[in-house]
Amino acid sequence: MSALSLLPARRPVPGVFVALTLTLAIGWLVVLLDGGQLFNQSTTVSLLHVAAGLGLVAVGQTLVILGGSLDLSVAYVISLSTLVAAETMNGSDGAVLPAIGLVLVVSAGVGLLNGILVTRFRVNAFIATLGVGLLLKGYLDNGYDGPAGTTAPALVQALGYQRVGPVPVSFLLLVAVTAAAWFALSRTRFGHHLVAVGGDPEVARLSGVRNDRVLVTAHVLCSMCAGLAGIYLASRLGSGAPRVGTEGLYDLESIAAVVIGGTALAGGRGGVVGTVGGVLLLASIDAIFNQLEVDAFFKQVIRGVIIIAAVAVYARRAMRKAA
Amino acid sequence: MSDPRPAPLLTLRGIGKSFLGVRVLDGVDLDVAPGEVHAVVGENGAGKSTLMKIVSGGYSPDEGTVEFAGATRSFRGPRDAQRAGVGIIHQEFNLLPERTVAENVYLGHEPVRRGLVDRRGMLERTRQLLASIGETTLPADARVGQLGVAQQQVVEIAKALALDAQLLIMDEPTAALADHEVELLYGLVRRLQERGIGLLYVSHRLAEVFDLSGRITVLKDGRRVTTVATADTTGDELVRHMVGRELSSYYPDRAAPEDRGPVRLNLRDAGNRKLRDVNLQLRAGEVLGIGGLQGSGRSALARAIFGVSPFTTGDVTLDDRPVRLRSPRTAMRAGIAYVTEDRKGEGIVPRQSVLDNALLASRAVFAARSGRAARTLRVRELLAAVEVRGAGDDQEIRFLSGGNQQKVVLARWLALNPRILLFDEPTRGIDVGAKSAIHDLVRRLARDGAAVLMISSDLPELLGMSDRIVVMRDGHVAGELPAGATEEEVVALAVGTAREAVA
Repeated sequence: MSALSLLPARRPVPGVFVALTLTLAIGWLVVLLDGGQLFNQSTTVSLLHVAAGLGLVAVGQTLVILGGSLDLSVAYVISLSTLVAAETMNGSDGAVLPAIGLVLVVSAGVGLLNGILVTRFRVNAFIATLGVGLLLKGYLDNGYDGPAGTTAPALVQALGYQRVGPVPVSFLLLVAVTAAAWFALSRTRFGHHLVAVGGDPEVARLSGVRNDRVLVTAHVLCSMCAGLAGIYLASRLGSGAPRVGTEGLYDLESIAAVVIGGTALAGGRGGVVGTVGGVLLLASIDAIFNQLEVDAFFKQVIRGVIIIAAVAVYARRAMRKAA
Repeated sequence: MSDPRPAPLLTLRGIGKSFLGVRVLDGVDLDVAPGEVHAVVGENGAGKSTLMKIVSGGYSPDEGTVEFAGATRSFRGPRDAQRAGVGIIHQEFNLLPERTVAENVYLGHEPVRRGLVDRRGMLERTRQLLASIGETTLPADARVGQLGVAQQQVVEIAKALALDAQLLIMDEPTAALADHEVELLYGLVRRLQERGIGLLYVSHRLAEVFDLSGRITVLKDGRRVTTVATADTTGDELVRHMVGRELSSYYPDRAAPEDRGPVRLNLRDAGNRKLRDVNLQLRAGEVLGIGGLQGSGRSALARAIFGVSPFTTGDVTLDDRPVRLRSPRTAMRAGIAYVTEDRKGEGIVPRQSVLDNALLASRAVFAARSGRAARTLRVRELLAAVEVRGAGDDQEIRFLSGGNQQKVVLARWLALNPRILLFDEPTRGIDVGAKSAIHDLVRRLARDGAAVLMISSDLPELLGMSDRIVVMRDGHVAGELPAGATEEEVVALAVGTAREAVA
């Protein structure tokens, strides 16, 4: 057996965690010099809350991107889900489970539509999911002017505010969903096939993979993740919010987190752990800038720079690997 | 192999196939015994690939029967054929570079335990599979993208064997391999034979066919010309069957001494990261052959002259004027053309039309001063002159055969009226007929006064075409040979057994 085979085939820890550590260290120092404290209870909690919301969406987004697809409808699915959840519960604790169930069914339905458009009708994923998103936007804009429904107090308490130490329950939900997705990717045929479809659809097809079924499943799971994010936001806001998804830029930010986390936008390479790293990085930058009371527009500029830099670094690495 | 032969594994009887009324296969019979290597040769367009697709389930035949492992079969698709035990190794690998060897080998039928992928089992079974074909150094958990081409081929074969392939089709398996890797493939083929696996071996390289096969079937224009025992035939005879002409009539006449013009390109102590102290003169009217092993700096030389990775040391003069060729664009403007070795990757834009491909360089480099219409007209004339066949100018180039694609690439460069032409493996993967057409073209260009530099791994071609041969080794010129040199002389210089001589 050669020396090479003794090395584990596991990927090295994505560079995003190095970047995350550096960012937190530098941020901590700068905030300290500014006379603040980055890691106090309230900032940590709010950082993790931000991460939980974006993370749930981004983990789902990772699945479709790994498969070589994309989902631009997630922001609208989130808004819709907050409304479905809050209106179904209407303030009653007894309706929490039916509401969650309904949200998952509705979001899975949207994912199914996305998946079928992408596979059966061969509509480019960008266009298909954008179209479905606009469809939902039309429905939301037509039916709602502002918040509607009331989230059950029990859910607000449990998911919106309950914590274990400094860690919100919602973040634990993200950890659980991430673990499940990681497990699915590495230990199930579905996961292996999904990465294969994203890597080279023709190779997958000729190897006996049912590409369409795999991609539709990924789209359904992605939408359901967005649905979960919607439930979480409803629990934070106390009601359904028809524009929370788009105002939070969950569509583009989730894609950014996936890419920062080292998943190839073209599919076939990457994973959910890196994505969570990307989410934490974005959330940390948010937290640091909030502490420093940096101008909101400048914050956007910095985020843009980080996303571009991350992609450039990965592209360089890919080039070196190819050489 | 001793007679009587064992019962055949695969028997094709009277296979016929037409596309849009064009008959591409007509009454083809062929059989393969377990443990036999049966080579299929023929020009491109002879029907080889259609026949292989019928065997591997890509097409179903219009007429005739496919009998496999004792039963008449009609495969519903590649997967159906795979499951029945027919594997095919394509020229381009069907592997995922980002996944491990084991993940690739078992893609689509991952071993499962309690509903979950059994990773350890998968690795273990992959190791056993690799060991069974004599591969003990290839780690089952390595990322396929890190492996060399030869190792990737092993993975492809293991992938077929994981599905219990009894018949393996190999389509030009050595096309992508370096010389020393070909030896490894030979060993692999023999071990597959020992396991009783039947092989259908499609190749343009007759040397391999003779080294490996027990029988050879020659196809021409969709018909089987003959099936012969390899021991009973010769290369010349095979080529006659394929094209109906002698091997020796292949190469056009060389340049007479008085045809050689002044020195066009002169390299003095030129070097870069891959080359050192290259001294070389290229004259108008001659074909200078460049020999050497893969990686010896042959392509690096052409790419340096063309400005892809320019020279960093030494002097270059063009028609006695010093030049710096720092990009392909400057080289093209200086009258240099480069026909790349990697036709699919660097030579053509697959989804653009024949015409667009031919216009690519002229459009990119020269302003539209001569007028679009005139330029297009000229390129259409050139396309006709190089005899691109089987396609209108508006067809996407990817549907053309390799030979015709190469002619389009040539037309592209000829549109620039180049005075120096660099050819890197101009006939690789091209059928015999188109090959000699390209040889004629190359010689005609030299006769018209162009200076031609031609890199070739195909020794008969190198010897047959060149007026002089420069042999490279380890990034420098190992020696120069005159026309009429032997294969042995070239190889000796290339591997370094001959004393270096600077002519």
